[in-house]
Amino acid sequence: MAEPAAILAMTGITKEFPGVKALSDVDFRLFPGEVHALMGENGAGKSTLIKALTGVYDIDGGEILLEGEAVRFTGPLQAQQAGVSTVYQEINLCPNLSVAENIFIGREPRRLGAIQWKKIHRRATELLRRLRLDIDASALLGTYSIAVQQMVAIARAIDISAKVLIFDEPTSSLDAKECEQLFRVMRQLKDEGIAILFVTHFLDQVYEVTDRVTVLRNGRLVGERLTAELAQIDLVAMMIGKELEVLEQLDEQPKSSPAALQDASPVVAASELGRDGAVAPFNLAIHRGEVVGLAGLLGSGRTEVARLLFGADRADHGQIRVDGTTVAVRNPRTAMAHGIAFCSENRRTEGLVEDLTVRENIILALQAERGWSRPIPRRRQEELVDKYIKALRITPANPDMVVRNLSGGNQQKVLLARWLITEPRLLILDEPTRGIDVGAKAEIQRLVVSLADGGMAVLFISAELEEVLRLSHKIAVLRDRHLVTEMPNDGVDVEHVMRIIASGAAV
Amino acid sequence: MTSLTGRWPGLRRPQRKYIPVLATLSLLAVMYGVGAVRYEAFSDGQVILNVFVDNAFLLVVAAGMTFVILTGGIDLSVGSVVALTTMLSASLLQEQGWPPYAVLPFVLFVGALLGFAMGCIIHYFEIQPFIVTLAGMFLARGLCYTISTSSIPITDPFWTSMAQSKVRFGEYFVSPSVIVALVVVIVGAYVLSHTRLGRNTYAIGGNPASALLMGLPVARTQITVYAISGFCSALGGVLLSFYMLSGYGLHAVGMELDAIAAVVIGGTLLTGGSGYLVGTVLGVLVLGVIQTIITFDGTLSSWWTKIVIGALLFVFILLQRVIGARKAR
Ligand SMILES: Nc1ncnc2c1ncn2[C@@H]1O[C@H](COP(=O)(O)OP(=O)(O)OP(=O)(O)O)[C@@H](O)[C@H]1O
Ligand SMILES: [Mg+2]
Repeated sequence: MAEPAAILAMTGITKEFPGVKALSDVDFRLFPGEVHALMGENGAGKSTLIKALTGVYDIDGGEILLEGEAVRFTGPLQAQQAGVSTVYQEINLCPNLSVAENIFIGREPRRLGAIQWKKIHRRATELLRRLRLDIDASALLGTYSIAVQQMVAIARAIDISAKVLIFDEPTSSLDAKECEQLFRVMRQLKDEGIAILFVTHFLDQVYEVTDRVTVLRNGRLVGERLTAELAQIDLVAMMIGKELEVLEQLDEQPKSSPAALQDASPVVAASELGRDGAVAPFNLAIHRGEVVGLAGLLGSGRTEVARLLFGADRADHGQIRVDGTTVAVRNPRTAMAHGIAFCSENRRTEGLVEDLTVRENIILALQAERGWSRPIPRRRQEELVDKYIKALRITPANPDMVVRNLSGGNQQKVLLARWLITEPRLLILDEPTRGIDVGAKAEIQRLVVSLADGGMAVLFISAELEEVLRLSHKIAVLRDRHLVTEMPNDGVDVEHVMRIIASGAAV
Repeated sequence: MTSLTGRWPGLRRPQRKYIPVLATLSLLAVMYGVGAVRYEAFSDGQVILNVFVDNAFLLVVAAGMTFVILTGGIDLSVGSVVALTTMLSASLLQEQGWPPYAVLPFVLFVGALLGFAMGCIIHYFEIQPFIVTLAGMFLARGLCYTISTSSIPITDPFWTSMAQSKVRFGEYFVSPSVIVALVVVIVGAYVLSHTRLGRNTYAIGGNPASALLMGLPVARTQITVYAISGFCSALGGVLLSFYMLSGYGLHAVGMELDAIAAVVIGGTLLTGGSGYLVGTVLGVLVLGVIQTIITFDGTLSSWWTKIVIGALLFVFILLQRVIGARKAR
């Protein structure tokens, strides 16, 4: 096959952080009119490669050719001007500005130096409509959910109409419908000859939209393949460097239904619990050793249910019973005192303290629970932390690393470890596998199962229905902020749940 | 979808964004009402105009401070730069014999340059604005005394004419300084709402890391903002020297705190990213009206000004907190 000239060619890229070689001698090329997947486990170096390209990081070695010319960008501004437009992994917009302004800031249409606000709003509204995003362009960005913010970041990148478009895990917070819209736009841009680099951990997305795959492992290039010629199993093998075992383990998840447990009184039961404007009153009971999956589209109220149970939002109606006695869960502290833990989907603003080390972050909730006057002995801390670093495969396995310097997926694991370590009676996991690679995902799923086997009650929230179905004993479906049905997970398949979500009624 | 796409970015959603400014406005109205009820002469329109006359320099300084605070920074050097400007002006006019048209641009340049230098240090060495401008504050105050340790009276005809002339509207009047201050505010508000520099200022205050990744010129903006504050301080210094007709190293002691108070009472978030210059104008007026009430009363010690300002600051910071907390969800 005769290949056209690459629009972007990176060769021998090397980048070292103090103590970590994030990239060693990596080659990467991108052709016009293709969607190119960049794959690899958490911490493989994907985001670093992107930031090396756009000048966020200085590289220690290697060469970058853009349209045949050697470039070294001094920063995102220059990269953007040269036609490289990027959506970084962590949302990088300003919550205090309007949606429209976030799309256009830095390149506002002007007349005589004056920003033309009317034009900005008109163009933003058009663009949002093209992306089928039904939001108010003049509202503050911060008033919308992460998923919407992600779409706005994408809208901005697309509108820069660059030659090279980079998406670093744009889909990790999007639901199926939004992904579909994004893919539609990606295909359209690809037909216009734009080169797209796409990072994702979802294998099906790779096969759905990409033409070519490059795999990194531990900062090294493993290989570049045409997607159509690469079997899924081989792709996973390339990523984790092991043969199939992990994949097989993925499929043999137990789905036993602990029927006996249903008779006992539930660990936590919500009756007519609700909050105006957030979620309509619902009933939900979670028993010892039971995993309850919450399914529903984005914005259907999944996170809101979790926040109510954890006392992060105050309920307007109803009550929560713990072990049969009604308790007042006024705030997260009282929830924690009753053994409820909540691992938030929003790791950046609600979870991690980026300047503390992995160990300090993991130990935080446990220490808070014990009270600050009773410090956990250093030896014990190290034992616990080591155990979870291993269990969750946090890399680098260095408890003294500052969390800020971890890759996105590894930060997620640290947050998860923090709550696991408190051994709560009810663990609420909101999107715990978002942005996490296949291997670690299997690991986390297995952990959930074994925690439940050990008697913990788990409320599991995920946009991925397959995952919810694989793990849960019971499934609760939310739609438009109503809990529409709750059913045991025997013989339920994805399609069935989808139908409930679509129709809003138990079928 | 709102079709009401106004030219001013804030006007479309008046509700929440404007709560702090509206709160300040109501506060001002209440204070004025109280004054008018208690003291007969208070309701004379000239009283409000005099508040402007007495605080024109503070208004200019606070306008510059607003830019800095919007980026999430702070400028503690403003009071000292004001003093330095009065001192430099007086010395150049009286002792060196410079003509006013040379003195004016020179002192403004010096102010902007000081701000620029502090901005560079803050940005390139990544040092807390608090520390850098604190150093700037000592430096500028110290420089005053290298010029002279005592007050230098100004007798220059241009200066005295600026001090004495009145801009009249019918029976009311203001000083030329008020006009200058209002021009500064209008230009500043326009820059904030309609230029890239202004919008970048808000963006940096909202999230500096994001602003960088979005490809905004963070370095340039941050440095410019301190240069603007330096320039405004120098201009405020010139206006103060019109008002005082002297240069003195003890002028404007503690003025940085008044300026910060005015900005905060005007509804600008100390963490940056949210606020309006209109609010700052209202904030300055609130401070001015408090002083006026206390003067009118005659029995209250002037320390009550500080007490009331302190209390107001608490209230407004709490208010911001409450609004901010609701916004986050
Ligand atoms: N600023 C930094 N300082 C030190 N180490 C860093 C820094 N940024 C990244 N690293 C390290 O470089 C390695 C690669 O990180 P990178 O963010 O590129 O991973 P990734 O492939 O994007 O992973 P993920 O899928 O989790 O996002 C990791 O080991 C990470 O800890
Ligand atoms: Mg990454």
